[in-house]
Amino acid sequence: MQSYFYAVADELTRGLTGAETLLLGFHGEDSDFVRLNHAKVRQAGSVHQRSIALELVVGGRHASASTCVAGDAEIDLPRLRGLLEEVREKITHLPDDPHFLYATEVQSSERIGASRLPSSAAVIEEVATRAQDLDLVGIYAAGGIHAGFANSLGQRNWYSNTSFNLDWSCYHEKDKAVKSRYAGFDWSSDEFVGKLDSARQQLAVLARPARSVEPGAYRVYLSPGALNEFLGTVARGGFGLKDHRTKQTSLLQMIEGSARMSPMITLRENVKEGVSADFQGLGFRKADEVTLIDNGVYRDCLISPRSAREYGVPTNGAGAWESPGSLDLAAGEVPRSEVLARLGTGVYINNLWYLNYSDRPACRITGMTRFATFWVENGEIVAPLNVMRFDETAYRVLGENLIGLTRERDLILDPDTYGARSTSSARLPGALVDRFQFTL
Amino acid sequence: MSRTGEMAAPAGLAETVEARFKEIAPKADFCSLRLVEETSESLSVRQNVLQPATKSVDVGAMITVISGGGLGYAATSDLSLAGLKRAADEALAWAKQTSGRSVVDFRSFAMPKPDGEYRSRVERPWGSVSLTDKIELLKTECARLKTDARIVDWMAGLEHVECETLLITADGARVQQSFRFLIPYMAATANEGAETESRSLGGRGICRQGGLEILDRIGFRSQAPRVAEEALQLLTAPNCPSAKMHVLLAPDQMILQIHESIGHPLELDRILGDERNYAGTSFVTLDMFGSYRYGSDLLNVTYDPSRPEQLATFGYDDDGLRAERQFIIRGGILERPLGGVTSQARAGVDGVANSRASSWNRPPIDRMANLNLEPGTSSLDEMIAQVENGVHLHTNVSWSIDDSRNKFQFGCEYGQRIENGKLTSVVKKPNYRGISATFWRNLAAVGRPDNFDVLGTPNCGKGEPNQVIRVGHASPTCLFADVDVFGGA
Repeated sequence: MQSYFYAVADELTRGLTGAETLLLGFHGEDSDFVRLNHAKVRQAGSVHQRSIALELVVGGRHASASTCVAGDAEIDLPRLRGLLEEVREKITHLPDDPHFLYATEVQSSERIGASRLPSSAAVIEEVATRAQDLDLVGIYAAGGIHAGFANSLGQRNWYSNTSFNLDWSCYHEKDKAVKSRYAGFDWSSDEFVGKLDSARQQLAVLARPARSVEPGAYRVYLSPGALNEFLGTVARGGFGLKDHRTKQTSLLQMIEGSARMSPMITLRENVKEGVSADFQGLGFRKADEVTLIDNGVYRDCLISPRSAREYGVPTNGAGAWESPGSLDLAAGEVPRSEVLARLGTGVYINNLWYLNYSDRPACRITGMTRFATFWVENGEIVAPLNVMRFDETAYRVLGENLIGLTRERDLILDPDTYGARSTSSARLPGALVDRFQFTL
Repeated sequence: MSRTGEMAAPAGLAETVEARFKEIAPKADFCSLRLVEETSESLSVRQNVLQPATKSVDVGAMITVISGGGLGYAATSDLSLAGLKRAADEALAWAKQTSGRSVVDFRSFAMPKPDGEYRSRVERPWGSVSLTDKIELLKTECARLKTDARIVDWMAGLEHVECETLLITADGARVQQSFRFLIPYMAATANEGAETESRSLGGRGICRQGGLEILDRIGFRSQAPRVAEEALQLLTAPNCPSAKMHVLLAPDQMILQIHESIGHPLELDRILGDERNYAGTSFVTLDMFGSYRYGSDLLNVTYDPSRPEQLATFGYDDDGLRAERQFIIRGGILERPLGGVTSQARAGVDGVANSRASSWNRPPIDRMANLNLEPGTSSLDEMIAQVENGVHLHTNVSWSIDDSRNKFQFGCEYGQRIENGKLTSVVKKPNYRGISATFWRNLAAVGRPDNFDVLGTPNCGKGEPNQVIRVGHASPTCLFADVDVFGGA
């Protein structure tokens, strides 16, 4: 794919006039998707998709278009030349764009992961066989993901990985289930069996009579997965420069007011330790690291090239949406082995679900507990808890009510597959939180 | 022979792919090809500056094979003969590998064998207005949103989508459908200190099939001053009070209420457990159909593919099942689920034609399509007059519901108190929460056809692998009693 894309870039560059600059982006994916229900196959298939986005720049004007391609230069070039011609004509009708910014300093790069996965059919055979006594539901997604950038200035960037993400849950009954994830670049049967055994142990607890609690304030433990859902919501509009300058950021009270989070909170966009591409669609390299919140105080924004130009600051290579893709929350000092003891009596929350702002400027978020959430008494798991709705501000959960973060952190590889398989990740500890508000 | 030129010109793409399919379709119990070519264009003006004008063409095909009781698919953006052949081979291999391991023996029921077509009704095509004039329209409306120094962000935009689909099977079925969608939107954001409020029109909500005539139907050219004014009103408004009270939901909030607490729980694949790892299960069980009281006598809900302007109107679903209007809930009693051919066979119940895929690269699953709440007999004034203490809520801004689709909390952009039968002060950050299983039983009044609005959303997410799809909802304004209402932090 890399040589194909670079050959296409060379060919299209040859057809440019002197005043034109061309930016090209590539996305490709060879994915197997096997969907499971009751430890049987619901849908199984493969997807081979390739697309090329082109952006033509003439002085202060520019226009873009993208199309799916076959992945064969001979087939694709006539179509791409036609699309380029269409964009060339469109530009004549467009005004100068005062906020357009693209990379003019050539910064080529390459990040290529090895392909070491067993066949998906073999993995599914193993999953279905080992889990045949379980009500297992979920999806196995695996295969190569490729991304590239090229411009007529000579810059070339390439990213590819071959990864898998088995995202599944095992059900006891109704909505009582254990959620598990196993993702990475090397499949290990031992590791999978270990996760399956852990799920079986939690299922035994789920079989106990479920408990309901009244709405109110509870001491809780948020697992790294649950905290990822919470921080992922804050990240939707919390960290981008445009959202800050237009006062739409959910962290407005940290910018305009005196709100702070706990000094335990140091949050970074950590590209160098993430698993995504280190370049973006306009040719800029992403900064290795951007500190978003430093010891509880807001520090830097994610800045796309467009925002950089609009607000007169340097870009740090963020994408157009200015959202983190490699979120990193610093570890705390609570050993994971002591979480239940430190929780004492309260709620152990493995997963949160369907979060949304209930008051965006106050960074107040509502959502549900989901999957294995347990009632804990005196440091012992007592019973599964029926689902509860929470409604809480980030300033309470990550600020005044934060008791501690775990010493150990989990690397969570995003299982999202909307349009394409995600390469986002998060590295997070768990969090002990006091007076967490359940409302329904 | 060189493969150069194998990719036919777009006008002949369907015919070219159809001919190639006949060459490569493997011998199997069933084989289909679904071709999707979707061209999207986006224009927007933000703070009086034209944003990057984009066009994207998403085109590819999915081949599905049933063999030995297993089902496999393979999708590809390589529509050459060789590319389609590879996909057919892979789909057949997956079918064989999953034979005997599937949740259902796919030979145990017949796939539809349709022959038909569908075409969106368009009065003023997207291309009938020049690019320059469309930009000028958006610049004008964008500028009209900036009415005050406290308006700190403002924008207006248009999204247009042309979607051509072809479904063919090796045994001769053929469905060709041609869709045109328009999504207009505008928004104004007002700020003062640590308070920010936004008001919007369209995007989610106003999105329909058709052409630029939709702009006239929704009064696009007259809405900007109202949108800006209401954002400013919210900036100085008090928080919505916290109390149990009546809520009067405008159609642009009703669509969310219908979507989350009727549509999703009635999707048959959720009831069958397919979505338990992601979108969730349902509090509804198969034994409820035909007898369960979902809401008050006033609740009548239809699966309705008959409104040409509605977002998810089509002739056939992506399995080829013909779309026909059906009552889902009648007189408050649950009648039938939202499930396509495969789910109907697995569950042994009748459903509707709603097996749909987001594009060529995702397999069809049960998705609500047009799910509408039928009009009642109350005028807006009558509904307001019967409320002693309540709030009139407009335009969804926040939504959250549990994985069984029961405990929900929804928020709106704009609220207006109803006191002693009259609309009074504006309130900000109105939220309400409830439980689906009881909420609809408190439906106290349903608006007449004169306050019925045809709306929808372009981005409903579900499925593994994940899929975003267009759904349509139409509803009048509705009144609910005894709802738990509250405001901002």
